[in-house]
Amino acid sequence: MHRFLVASVGPVDADDCYQETWLAALRAYPRLRDASNLRAWILTVAHRKAIDHVRARNRRATPLAELPETPVPATLPDGVSEIWAHVRTLPPKQRTAITLRTVADLAYGDIAKVMSTSEEAARRNVHEALQRLRTEVHR
Amino acid sequence: MTDEIEGALRDAAAALDADPPPTLDTGAAEAASLLDVAYARHDTPVGAVLLAATPRGLVRVAYADTAEDVEATLSQLARSLSPRVLAAPRRLDAARRELDEYFAGARDHFELALDWRLTRGFGRRVLRSTARIPYGSVSSYAGIAAAAGSPRAARAAGNALGANPLPIVVPCHRVLHSSGGLGGYTGGVERKLTLLAIERGGR
Repeated sequence: MHRFLVASVGPVDADDCYQETWLAALRAYPRLRDASNLRAWILTVAHRKAIDHVRARNRRATPLAELPETPVPATLPDGVSEIWAHVRTLPPKQRTAITLRTVADLAYGDIAKVMSTSEEAARRNVHEALQRLRTEVHR
Repeated sequence: MTDEIEGALRDAAAALDADPPPTLDTGAAEAASLLDVAYARHDTPVGAVLLAATPRGLVRVAYADTAEDVEATLSQLARSLSPRVLAAPRRLDAARRELDEYFAGARDHFELALDWRLTRGFGRRVLRSTARIPYGSVSSYAGIAAAAGSPRAARAAGNALGANPLPIVVPCHRVLHSSGGLGGYTGGVERKLTLLAIERGGR
């Protein structure tokens, strides 16, 4: 879950999101009906927290004359940051889907649950993300 | 379908791990009243114990020799009290201090608030009577049954003591057979002997 948050919002904000996710999960747990897939459930909560976080960050941001590049997390080792920098340029749905697939190792059915889409859409988002990354990285 | 890019992403994922691994800020959970059961492990002369407390007080003391013992106790607490069980050692500071003093021979009774929720009915009456046996004294199963209001229920009293959720603090080790036999003990008879020896002032 922490990995997924690092990939989604970067290492600094991931720590906050991590705490918020657990608190939200603790709050919601007594209402949870089906505890058979806790992995997908906690990632659903984390995904929502990541979205909230990015929205809040964008609201806080002061307008600049020129848009800065999305900052690549400084603490990531060489080579690693490059591929995640590419992931970050993907459209949000593709980015989330590919992150859930490769970082959280979720099945397509679970990706669909986390993102509230159909399994087919989850599969398509992952596929399109991979296609796009293939052309970007090899360019 | 795994291709080169997917493989590279999976490899890169491992590098995202935080070092040290992130831990939950239990203070924040506590502040938001999301912590129902706090627990901590504590070492004593009779072995490691797991201590658990609710906002009402100490709710469980369990001998925890192995990781499986810890797991078993925690899942029991999650099932019978609340799934919101978190490691929060500071919430058990008072219990740990009183236990340390007890084992050092510097405390002859516990002042901790106790949460009796894991006991009920006759069992609870037996354990409450047991809590009143003075330090260094002993009672019998029949004596405790009588004190709990059922003089003929010595065997049932024995069962209730065997299920004591708060050993050491509720001193079931002070209950022996009236024939002079030692009787059983949740944590093994050896521990019972050690506890009695500590209370007699010699180890």
